[in-house]
Amino acid sequence: MSKRLPFGGRLIDWTREIKFSFNGAEMEGRPGDTLASALLANDQVLVGRSFKYHRPRGIVASGPEEPNALMNLGEGPTFEPNARATTTELFDGLKARSQNHWPSLEFDVGAINASFPLAFPAGFYYKTFISPRPAWKHIYEPFIRKAAGLGEAPEAEERDADRYEYFYAHADVMVVGGGIAGLTAALAAAKSGSRVLLMEQSAHWGGRAPVDGVEIDGKPADKWIAEAVDDLSKMPNVRMRLRMMGAGIYDHGFALGYERLSDHESADGMLRHRLWRIRAKRIITATGAIERPLSFAGNDVPGVMLASAVRDYAVNYGVGVGKRVVIATNNDDAYRTALVLKDAKVEVPCIIDARPNPTGALVEKARAAGIPVLAGKAVSTAYGGKRLTSVGLCSQDGDGRKTAEYDCDALAMSGGWSPVVHLWSHCGGKLTWDADTAMFRPNHDAAPLGADGNGFVIAAGTADGEMRTAATLANAHAAGLRAAEEAGATALSDDAGPEGTDIDEGPMLPVWQMPAAMSKKAMLKTWLDYQNDVKVSDVRLAAREGFESVEHTKRYTTLGMATDQGKLSNINGLAILADSLGADIPAVGTTTFRPPYHPISMGAIAGEARGDIFKPMRRSPMHDWIDANGGFWEPVADWRRPYCFQKPGETVKDAVTREILAVREKVGLLDASTLGKIIVKGPDAGKFLDMLYTNMMSTLKVGRCRYGLMCSENGFLSDDGVVARLDKDTFLCHTTSGGSDRIHAWMEEWLQTEWWDWQVYTVNVTEQYAQIGVVGPNARMVLEKMGTRMDLSAEGLPFMAFKDGEIGGIKARPYRISFSGELSYEVAVPANQGQAFWDKALETGAEFGITPYGTEALHVMRAEKGFIMIGDETDGTVIPQDLGLNWAISKKKEDFLGKRAQQRSFLTDPNRWKLVGLETVDPQVVIPDGAYAVDGAVRDNGVKNMIGRITSTYFSPTLNRSIAMGLVERGPDRMGEVITFTNPGGEEIAAKIVDPVFLDKEGERQNV
Amino acid sequence: MAPPRLRCASLHGVLPMLILQCPYCLIDCDETELTPGGEAHITRYGAGSSDDDLEKYLFMRSNVRGVHFERWRHTFGCGKWFHAARCTQTLEVFGTYSAQTLVPPPNIIDAIKAKRPEWGGFSK
Repeated sequence: MSKRLPFGGRLIDWTREIKFSFNGAEMEGRPGDTLASALLANDQVLVGRSFKYHRPRGIVASGPEEPNALMNLGEGPTFEPNARATTTELFDGLKARSQNHWPSLEFDVGAINASFPLAFPAGFYYKTFISPRPAWKHIYEPFIRKAAGLGEAPEAEERDADRYEYFYAHADVMVVGGGIAGLTAALAAAKSGSRVLLMEQSAHWGGRAPVDGVEIDGKPADKWIAEAVDDLSKMPNVRMRLRMMGAGIYDHGFALGYERLSDHESADGMLRHRLWRIRAKRIITATGAIERPLSFAGNDVPGVMLASAVRDYAVNYGVGVGKRVVIATNNDDAYRTALVLKDAKVEVPCIIDARPNPTGALVEKARAAGIPVLAGKAVSTAYGGKRLTSVGLCSQDGDGRKTAEYDCDALAMSGGWSPVVHLWSHCGGKLTWDADTAMFRPNHDAAPLGADGNGFVIAAGTADGEMRTAATLANAHAAGLRAAEEAGATALSDDAGPEGTDIDEGPMLPVWQMPAAMSKKAMLKTWLDYQNDVKVSDVRLAAREGFESVEHTKRYTTLGMATDQGKLSNINGLAILADSLGADIPAVGTTTFRPPYHPISMGAIAGEARGDIFKPMRRSPMHDWIDANGGFWEPVADWRRPYCFQKPGETVKDAVTREILAVREKVGLLDASTLGKIIVKGPDAGKFLDMLYTNMMSTLKVGRCRYGLMCSENGFLSDDGVVARLDKDTFLCHTTSGGSDRIHAWMEEWLQTEWWDWQVYTVNVTEQYAQIGVVGPNARMVLEKMGTRMDLSAEGLPFMAFKDGEIGGIKARPYRISFSGELSYEVAVPANQGQAFWDKALETGAEFGITPYGTEALHVMRAEKGFIMIGDETDGTVIPQDLGLNWAISKKKEDFLGKRAQQRSFLTDPNRWKLVGLETVDPQVVIPDGAYAVDGAVRDNGVKNMIGRITSTYFSPTLNRSIAMGLVERGPDRMGEVITFTNPGGEEIAAKIVDPVFLDKEGERQNV
Repeated sequence: MAPPRLRCASLHGVLPMLILQCPYCLIDCDETELTPGGEAHITRYGAGSSDDDLEKYLFMRSNVRGVHFERWRHTFGCGKWFHAARCTQTLEVFGTYSAQTLVPPPNIIDAIKAKRPEWGGFSK
């Protein structure tokens, strides 16, 4: 049955119908409809079930404040939960499903919750699911998790088919809200020469003015709005966007705009949302106001709606929400709805007005139109299940005794208006309570402050608390001029600004519950927060139980914590709290308004950062070759490194074993290009490195290398690597693969902020070189056969030396350094020659059994040699002394970073956990990484006493046994002792404390 | 029926917001270009210092509500460290200056005093 009226419909196309579906049922709407107006036009008032009690719920509002009509939209890769029907523009083929019910919207099992309104009061979960303890894990949590949540999460493996992006923008004046205030402010600023960015969250300029029948400059609002939009669109200094919400305002004029580009059409593959990251010198919030519901029993029955929404549906969409509509109000504005309905030939049985003596032009008009005005009255109860059937009448002053009952299928309620102060408040703007109009409005003396210490947000129009047209326009015009001037405009517009005319309105009466002396029973059925099912009784209970702070009450009752963030409920809720506490409303205050104003999509927040471009990846010069030759990638900092090179049919473990044995017996090839390489140069370079490293670097001879350790000022080991002295003033410092940027920044920080008079320069040359390790007994033969005039013999290029020359016709610098204990040359070549050198080494090395190897083989071999790895043996709490690295800590130097801190008592404690090797009693058993050593004692808190832990653990193919390194209490003093390690899910493991160097303690393999 | 949930609606903390002028480039930098470095004008106590001095150097920070001197690096720009004088309460920026000084320069002190007459002056 169509509910279209022979009236209104200014936003819809009366000539066409389009099809959509709701819960699988085909329905018809018109272009220009919202999903909500189309549903109402199809007489679909019931649109969802409530969160906690699964009560039937209908559409309440016409805008983004809608708490009930949340929909699952689309399916598969375009599925989206929690979309508001009131802000979803209808398009042909739209598919919507209601939420939070099972098995169906009409019949819901969970609604049994509603039969026991006392069953789930505020704090129910906190109070109920406490004991017995084990029941939480096994019964309560699984059950609650199943019941939790609004809407459905998209399929975990489904990928969003839509595209999103960021957009960066700068403006002198940003105007949020395209109603008559926003347009006026934008015009004033733009005519003063400012660069203006104007955004409106809906699809239409002008806001509520046309619905309210406002006149501006003697013209109907629609006409004035069209002209204003036309003027603005012709100005080159103005950017205007519809369907763009001002989502948040942040420090120093930063703001987020959330633009919905294609939600209003079935546009697969189109850009969907755009997140604008805006810097504005001044921001005008012309965000209007939101009508408040009235708190009476049964105020959540489908058919009970905001009076302004009833008016919107009639005027904008030509939809009558009912055949007989009762009005309940405490102010004059709702009379506009009564008059509109009367014009649309909808029956209005009565206006229930809480004020004892309503006067004013609108009241007189209603009376003159023959609508009975029941003064000093209230709604005792709204009756009905899935649809409103009647309302009971009582005296507002009384206790709710019903004196009459009116049949009706809709109720239009108005509890007054609250300015939308969210954006004003996001960045610290304060509010002031206006007792006359019973609302919080922006406190002009406490605006959000910018970098210069001045307020940068200016509230305009209704959002500033000006509820009349003339005052709104004057306020907005002034705001536009002020913003332009403060943003640096030199020639302010001398236009007078638009003038509005007003109908005289009588004062409103603050009404926080209906009736004033509501019974306890009625409070249990009087909803404050529709979306989270919070009632008047819950807030009063919270107050009785001592939750006096509004922030605590909010969290205890969940008032205002749903996806709508309490846009309808907050003021009513805190008025009830204030009343319960016997305090004034301003003394209770508001909860904190946080961005975003409305939920924004995760896609918009992610923007383009997804998939391959989520994070840029660093690639070594040999990346593509490795990828094509079985490289089994693992992430190492921003790089990818091959864990091993897998041959067809080979397991990862087999590949690692093969690579290790090849290096130990023949020769291996390693891509070490990811190692950080930083040049430190200048007359004071040696002095600087002496401060940076624990060992002495200034005494290093040109042409030689030295292994060094870097510590933080707290004394903890931070990075390690080999330093080479290139000439008297130039050092090349190798860092860990993950440490190059960090260590370079660390050097710069000290040079710029502490020793700025030292003559030292640094440059990060990590990516300028490919570094290729040729490692193993045959390494020298491979390099010599590649062809070089350099003497690579033990005498010509001894261990810890380097040379510059050519190998295989490629400019090369071989360093004789070793992380495996084998004869090893790490050859640095220009990055663009890396692949050529690699190819040549493979080709030449074939006859020597050359084998590319990956990071796991590297790790196992360094562990066989007892070499530490930053991040394995260190974790930010380990000092070099813990790792037996005292030999690398200079005793001659007066100072180095971390030296003083390492002398603190707890770091010199002989009981500290120190590095040892560990051999399992059963050589085939590998201790799990991170396992703890326990001594059988139990600590006071009931946990086993831990005396150490594993830092590296492998099966060594070279030794054919399990090896591990670990930090153990007084470990080096306990050589030969067998200790016990935990093994989650298995038997404890016994291991003997040994020297951490498992292989070739004398270093004979590398000294050849 | 569903349980109460806390909803973290804030995008604070993930969005760069401050604007500081790099005293080397003289451009207004978005916070995305900068790296914070904590309180400025901390004296380094190295080898030979007392436990108290070391503690002060490593751990004790003024953590003021109000005028604060702090270190920033124009990491995604010129790479230079600089100092900023800023109000931690209102985020008002009084000025930025070179990091290569032991005390805030007079023009910065004057700028702060002009805006915060009650401010007690710089002390370490």
